[in-house]
Amino acid sequence: MAPLEKQGGTRIEVTDGALLPTRGDGRIIDSWRITIAFAILALLTLLFFAKDPYDQIFRVVIKGAPLTFGVTAGAILGSIILGLFTGLGQIARGRVLNLIAGVYVELIRGIPLLVQLIFIYFALGKFFHLNGLPAAIIALSICYGAYMGEIFRAGIQAVPKGQMEAALALGMTRGQAMRLIILPQTMKIIIPAIGNEFIAMLKDSSLVSVIALRDILRRGREHVSRTFLSLETYAVVALVYLVITLVLSKLVATMEDRMNKHE
Amino acid sequence: MSDKRIMVDIRGAEKDFGIVMALKGVDLTVYEGEVVLIIGPSGSGKSTLLRSINRLEALTGGQIFVDGDPLVGPEADIRKIREETGMVFQDFNLFPHKTALENISMAPMKVKGKTPEEAQAKARELLKRVGLEDREKSYPGQLSGGQKQRVAIARALAMEPKVMLFDEPTSALDPEMVKEVLDVMLDLAQEGMTMMVVSHEMGFARAAADRVVFMDEGEIVEIAPPDVIFDHAEEERTKKFLKHIL
Repeated sequence: MAPLEKQGGTRIEVTDGALLPTRGDGRIIDSWRITIAFAILALLTLLFFAKDPYDQIFRVVIKGAPLTFGVTAGAILGSIILGLFTGLGQIARGRVLNLIAGVYVELIRGIPLLVQLIFIYFALGKFFHLNGLPAAIIALSICYGAYMGEIFRAGIQAVPKGQMEAALALGMTRGQAMRLIILPQTMKIIIPAIGNEFIAMLKDSSLVSVIALRDILRRGREHVSRTFLSLETYAVVALVYLVITLVLSKLVATMEDRMNKHE
Repeated sequence: MSDKRIMVDIRGAEKDFGIVMALKGVDLTVYEGEVVLIIGPSGSGKSTLLRSINRLEALTGGQIFVDGDPLVGPEADIRKIREETGMVFQDFNLFPHKTALENISMAPMKVKGKTPEEAQAKARELLKRVGLEDREKSYPGQLSGGQKQRVAIARALAMEPKVMLFDEPTSALDPEMVKEVLDVMLDLAQEGMTMMVVSHEMGFARAAADRVVFMDEGEIVEIAPPDVIFDHAEEERTKKFLKHIL
């Protein structure tokens, strides 16, 4: 990367002749900071100054966090594995593999996640019994696997063509070249994208509340049905999700910046 | 030369890219220990010819034998041929996530089944040979262009090839780094390595090449020893081209 230049007080990074302002560019006030400050202040105000009934709500709702994280982590793992095979299928030299991978992606991307979730849990549940947790992880994995497949495909194709050529010229098989040379470089390229999928997944995991899994949202809904405090409860639910996703997105951005610096 | 072993035998090689015929029936025989330089204008098919020898480009016609083994047909064993031919690329194509030592020792372990100890000992020996024994832990991103290309040569040599193919090995280098790469290539040539080199380095040609092949529009126009071709080329096309680059 070219060195940073000073221009009109803003730091400009020069990349391939294009002038792009860098992320966050070192100012104290940026949109992320405003939002996280708002979210944390709002939450703290409710918990310590308004107190009743918010501290009660928070304690109920936060119990759903382990499930939210568990479903998200499980499904991210599943979707990475599915996405890897989908991406490989899409770039494979066999026409049949291309088609299988392609149809999977088209099919899944054409059906809303909520519909897929309900289909797997309620419709398929007629034939073989699936508990809520595996059903949720499977549904989210299948859905995100299709998008992850696109990420893998793009990531594999972003590795310069010469890498495969060099590996083949050394006598490696295509499989060895893929496993030892191409995929390690692919992973490095797509880690930020996977981070973003993780955040999207964490938010979409709230859909599992419709199949009776007691995640953050479900705990809130149950609390509302007991107390009728809908505004208070859902405000806390929204703030909890907001804080979690803001923190995660900062982590992803930091990781991305750090990786770029190591180039 | 005819009593010498034939290392690369190219017979009627054709490559049809659809829009352009990159090779229009090329015949070329390279003997063991010979250094052949291939020159020609861009688009003349010289890189395509070189890349056909280890089938990075698949021929659409003709046949190539590498040390007697056919490249095309039911008996072709492409991995054996690739093990026996080392290739050096214009853009180095080192593996960026591996150290210099790993770049060199990887293929002998994974392809030839050598133990890590054997492969690393050999890799260290090769690094020393290309003058980079102190850089074994460096990643490609920490090396200069000339150093990268020397590691790439060592990586190819680690497979103990019978033929080395060089595809414009100095074209991506800053001028001050060209010599360190050519010196390594010169040493190799003097040790008797069979080499086919696509390059316009005339100094290297005069110092090391047994024959220079001039290609144009997918054909071999002229083949002659370097002194002959540079000073007394017979063909008009060769003279015209040399006038441009000399």
